[in-house]
Amino acid sequence: MNALITTDVTKRYANHTALDSVSITIPEKTIYGLLGPNGAGKTTLIRIINQIINSDQGSIEIFGERLQEKHVGMIGYLPEERGLYKKMKVGEQLLYLAQLKGLSKKQAMDRIKIWLEKFEIKDWWGKKVEDLSKGMAQKVQFISTVMHEPKLIILDEPFSGFDPVNAQLITDKILELKENGSTIIFSTHRMETVESLCDHIALINKSKKILEGPKKQVKDQYRSNTFVVEHRGNNFRLPADRYELMNQQPIEGDLFSSSIKARDGIKGNQVIRDLIDITEVHSFQEKLPSMADIFISLVKGEGDEALKKHLQEA
Amino acid sequence: MNKIWLIIQREFLTRVQKKSFLIATILVPLIIPAIMGGAVYLMIKEAESAKPENLLVLDESGAFKLENSKRFIIVPVSGPIEQAKKAYSETNDFGLLYIPATSVNDPKGITIYTKESQSIEKIGSIESMINNIVKDAKMERYNVDKETLKDIRNTDIDFKQINLSETGEEKSSNTFLLYGLSMGLGIMIYIFVLVYGIQIMTGVIDEKTSKVVEVIVSSVKPFQLMLGKILGIASVGLLQFTIWIVLMGVVSSVVLGSFGLKMPQQQAMEQVTAQMDDEAKEEMESQAKGPAVAEFMDNLNQIPFTKIAIVFLFYFLGGYLLYGALFAAVGSAVDSQQEAQQFQFPVTIPLLIGYLGLFMFVVRDPHGPVSFWLSIIPFTSPVAMVGRIAFDVPGWQLALSMILLVGGFLLTTWIAGRIYRVGILMTGTKVSYKVLAKWFMMKG
Repeated sequence: MNALITTDVTKRYANHTALDSVSITIPEKTIYGLLGPNGAGKTTLIRIINQIINSDQGSIEIFGERLQEKHVGMIGYLPEERGLYKKMKVGEQLLYLAQLKGLSKKQAMDRIKIWLEKFEIKDWWGKKVEDLSKGMAQKVQFISTVMHEPKLIILDEPFSGFDPVNAQLITDKILELKENGSTIIFSTHRMETVESLCDHIALINKSKKILEGPKKQVKDQYRSNTFVVEHRGNNFRLPADRYELMNQQPIEGDLFSSSIKARDGIKGNQVIRDLIDITEVHSFQEKLPSMADIFISLVKGEGDEALKKHLQEA
Repeated sequence: MNKIWLIIQREFLTRVQKKSFLIATILVPLIIPAIMGGAVYLMIKEAESAKPENLLVLDESGAFKLENSKRFIIVPVSGPIEQAKKAYSETNDFGLLYIPATSVNDPKGITIYTKESQSIEKIGSIESMINNIVKDAKMERYNVDKETLKDIRNTDIDFKQINLSETGEEKSSNTFLLYGLSMGLGIMIYIFVLVYGIQIMTGVIDEKTSKVVEVIVSSVKPFQLMLGKILGIASVGLLQFTIWIVLMGVVSSVVLGSFGLKMPQQQAMEQVTAQMDDEAKEEMESQAKGPAVAEFMDNLNQIPFTKIAIVFLFYFLGGYLLYGALFAAVGSAVDSQQEAQQFQFPVTIPLLIGYLGLFMFVVRDPHGPVSFWLSIIPFTSPVAMVGRIAFDVPGWQLALSMILLVGGFLLTTWIAGRIYRVGILMTGTKVSYKVLAKWFMMKG
């Protein structure tokens, strides 16, 4: 089952189109990375999913139902621009936000207690938000996003403002939420987080979706059968009908690193076999595109061919 | 609906729990009667301690026989004028009155010299002393004898004002009393709408600058948030107002009681109990000391307090809702208090017009055309109609004004809601009226 399907979602403003016929499919129980440069339309899409604004065209389905007002309780949203009522106490604030999401007062109380314990901040109940540090307030905000046990959690740059220790804590909680059956939409610029956490990704650029799919599949799509080899000595010739030497750099002494593109159909093992005969191989690795590489080249507006070239040369 | 209720609760509780609310709620009713009491006390003291001042008079005509008054002791001096002026400048006396050799029937060139500019009241009293002498002289010329003159002077008519209603019922009315009531109610509405309207605006700006608004509108519709805020703050206002009235009543009766006076409400209450209880009524009548007091109480009794209270409450809320929505829209459009000022001003102008209209037209001529229109147009009607209501407004006018006010606040709430839903999510935009219009037109 899919957690969320958007079909041809379009949003136009007076002078520009914020979203142009965006269709994405978010499978249940996955971490879905929504990527794109600033101003691409990610926030607009997230706001439409949260029913903060309406789309001009297109439809949205959440867990098989048409998205309606009653679904707000199923969604937890952590906006990029964090904010809480400064003068309100942590406990009262969480209670208020939980009730707005449709929890009863008693339910809300129980959940808040559990979460404050999880983060070991039970004694913060009576503290005013303005007296908390930025990182502390972020924790409170994270709790407010997940305390009503939403099936769909939307996190916009969730790690900004956290130190590495707390970022790890949040990562653990996110994975725990996924384990417990939540679907998580992740909007971020940090490619290392995407690499380590996301199962699926979509890339939005200039109001359009330009790429979507499981992370592995996306990476495979941009595989170019290129291998990075470290070897001793460089006086060898590759069979030109099967290989192309993309570049070669000295590392230390007579140790070199070469990028070798093999003709389609030649597998890694065959490449090793061929290399062993002509040079002393120190390391061998297939060159896979990083998410950062894919992101940058696609956003720069280079076509698939240019992308492949870029990836080989990088 | 349930969510609006949650918002109302939060807006109400966070404000009521503030120390500033507690302080304002308790101090205002203590301070206002204290100021009133202080003013009365000082006035009485001053009246007691006021001593008559010397007025030097150089009368070259010899025809003006001025007498000492409460304010002035007449000190005749001798001329010529230059010498008298010099003599005066060496004293601390009030002034030098110079009457040249002129005819009492047609005096010319009378001049008063003082060291500083003096109050109209004092100068006026000197002028009227001279006027009276001239009048007397004229009377004598027309052969009016002194006794008749004295009798004419002592005229003090007993003037009653009675409103004849369509049903033929007679109501005596006391213009002075109505004047005060009308002014007081109008001012209260003005202050209430302004103070609480600005609270709404500040609240919206706070939510916007602290960014919490995005979280909230992911749970509720922007319109629900706006309405919840407006209603929550209204309930704070009503609570504060109720406490003020009760506290002020208690404190005022204590303060005025120490001067031997009674609060109008207290007297009205006595009236009410008297009507219910014949014995008490007789008792009260026996307490009424003179016809003047009885008349005052009668007038007070004629004022339809219940009607005024209901109308007041209606316009109090209607005006607040009408302007509250506009203040919410202003708050949503801007990023800071400073930025808000440029839009806050146009919103307050119609309110200010109603307020000025209250002083310039409504209390002077409550049934004149300007007063009529001010009390019909929704933007000025909360202040103007409440100002008029004490003067018995025809039923159809009241009904028309109320319907228009309801229509007015529905309209402003609708307009404000459309601006608000877009504005709260826009930060860092340079907002102009054109931008506001665009937001208003934006669909979805």
